[in-house]
Amino acid sequence: MATQSSRATARLMLAPSVIMLFVWMIVPLAMTIWFSFRIYRLLSPDRTGWAGIRNYTWFFNSPDFWLGISNTLLLVGGVLAITIIFGVLIALLIDQPVWGQGPLRILVISPFFVMPPVAASIWKNLFMHPQNGLLASAAQGLGMEPILFLQSYPLGSIIFITSWEWLPFATLILLTALQSLSSEQLEAAEMDGASALSRFRFITLPHMTRAITVVILIQTIFLLSIFGEIFTTTQGGPGSASTTLPYMIYKQALIAKDIGRAAAGGIIAVILANIVAVFLMRSMGKHLDT
Amino acid sequence: MGKIVLKQVRKSFGDVHVIPSVDLTIENGEFVVFVGPSGCGKSTLLRLIAGLEDTSSGTIEIDGKDATMLPPAKRGLAMVFQSYALYPHMTVRKNIMFPLKMAGMDPEAATKKADAAAKVLNLTNYMERKPGQLSGGQRQRVAIGRAIVREPAAFLFDEPLSNLDAALRGNMRLEITELHQTLKTTMIYVTHDQVEAMTMADKIVVLQAGNIEQVGSPLELYNHPANAFVAGFIGSPRMNLLEGADAAAVGAKTIGVRPEHLEISTTAGQWKGTVAVAELLGSDTFLHVNVEGHGTMTVRGGGDVNLRHGDTVYLTPQAGKTHRFGQDGKALV
Ligand SMILES: Nc1ncnc2c1ncn2[C@@H]1O[C@H](COP(=O)(O)OP(=O)(O)OP(=O)(O)O)[C@@H](O)[C@H]1O
Ligand SMILES: [Mg+2]
Repeated sequence: MATQSSRATARLMLAPSVIMLFVWMIVPLAMTIWFSFRIYRLLSPDRTGWAGIRNYTWFFNSPDFWLGISNTLLLVGGVLAITIIFGVLIALLIDQPVWGQGPLRILVISPFFVMPPVAASIWKNLFMHPQNGLLASAAQGLGMEPILFLQSYPLGSIIFITSWEWLPFATLILLTALQSLSSEQLEAAEMDGASALSRFRFITLPHMTRAITVVILIQTIFLLSIFGEIFTTTQGGPGSASTTLPYMIYKQALIAKDIGRAAAGGIIAVILANIVAVFLMRSMGKHLDT
Repeated sequence: MGKIVLKQVRKSFGDVHVIPSVDLTIENGEFVVFVGPSGCGKSTLLRLIAGLEDTSSGTIEIDGKDATMLPPAKRGLAMVFQSYALYPHMTVRKNIMFPLKMAGMDPEAATKKADAAAKVLNLTNYMERKPGQLSGGQRQRVAIGRAIVREPAAFLFDEPLSNLDAALRGNMRLEITELHQTLKTTMIYVTHDQVEAMTMADKIVVLQAGNIEQVGSPLELYNHPANAFVAGFIGSPRMNLLEGADAAAVGAKTIGVRPEHLEISTTAGQWKGTVAVAELLGSDTFLHVNVEGHGTMTVRGGGDVNLRHGDTVYLTPQAGKTHRFGQDGKALV
């Protein structure tokens, strides 16, 4: 974009898609904001009118609300930490020339192709089940009490299952980043006297920061709205131990059938997502520039 | 300080014997150039010395100590790569300081050393830039700076100038030669540019298919090539190699005459031919002449040679400047 006129043309050409995207976003958002201030209950359709900020105050006063927020953030943070750390390690491993590299890589990627509810059911029924689960029989084989994963560590179990699903994605992106690192840089560092650990710390890791940033941003978008895994495994329980903000919204919309409150929850979720987004862009946006 | 001795060094990648067996002694302070056609194993040999590849057999001694099994960092050598291999996320200063940091030198002393190196290499104004914001020549200098600060026993260069344009290459060639004269450190330099080889080297090692064809000073190689391969490889334009009756007349399989050792005449001479192409360089004229029975021969004449495509010329080798090679390609004396 060198000249004034080419810049103006570029703006003109971009305008239709920008307007389209803006409308695409603003209409549902405006409707949600509208509903969030209305009394709109499917179980008592005759009661309508303005609710003021009562839909919002209900959320803020709900005993589960702050738990839901912190669970949401814990889920996002936990899955990010696990997928990034293990993603880097697995990427380093499968980047090595080994026999059967092709099939191995496909195996590593495959969990990503399993739909979330299916993945969650597999873990719930085949691995974590206290009677039939593989982990339970392993524990019994070792003479220990089976662990009641979903009852005792509900959020931990969900974080684990979600990490299992998202690890391949992180690994794949980080592996491509790793493969684009020139071997001469590593060799130069080796000649400069850097140990394997220093080479990782000073050459490989900085090379991967952009890929790591991309993984964090993309995963955060999807992880903030994790629902299927919770629905399939714990239903937000026991009690509300594994309830997240999206799950609370689901309960208001489809169990309590209170569209107004659900809309208010939705707006709160949008605000939360924006806070997270601002935080992420502030702390990591610079890694995306070249 | 920087004597390097290779004894029967072999290197195979699987079934491919890239280096069948090499014996070579590089004296302390020497500027040694490896030349040879592409794929002949120059880089591999350099990487063996650097320790970036393991030898299949044989020993490498550095400073009289067996270094065959030492990791690269412990050999005290510094390498400058063709792609420069700078660390893109570090500033020029951090790049140059990296080896010192890895050696555990305290940051203040390391900074001082890096600044001193930068001064030598005219990099002082670029210390806070990232490699991406530098020109090719500047990057090259940073790579050299990173090598200098380590005060290595020897420098290894793998075609360091091949990414630069002709003018810059000429400059950097001089700078590296000057650097060698200042530091007096052993340098091993890989290139396929024979101007670099001829102008920079104390000693040229000509390689072909992983074998050393000849080792010697530039002029030794130019005046007394040990075989037809070296004769054809050293010197530009290439030496004319002729076979047949003319060679048999002097008891050789092949004879060689350099383009600059042929007399041009329009009236009489040993070989008659027609000019195919005349390249006028101003100072010199290169004639590509189709000689009956010998194909194309290259002749180098003065800038005043006034011959064109289609003209008839007679060529005569200067007395005593003909090289004779036997059945096995070796020079006959
Ligand atoms: N890792 C490897 N595995 C198998 N063969 C290799 C490997 N590295 C190099 N070779 C082979 O070894 C031979 C010598 O390679 P090398 O890189 O040393 O050539 P070179 O003389 O540096 O050539 P150039 O002038 O093109 O850089 C080549 O035939 C190459 O194919
Ligand atoms: Mg090479």
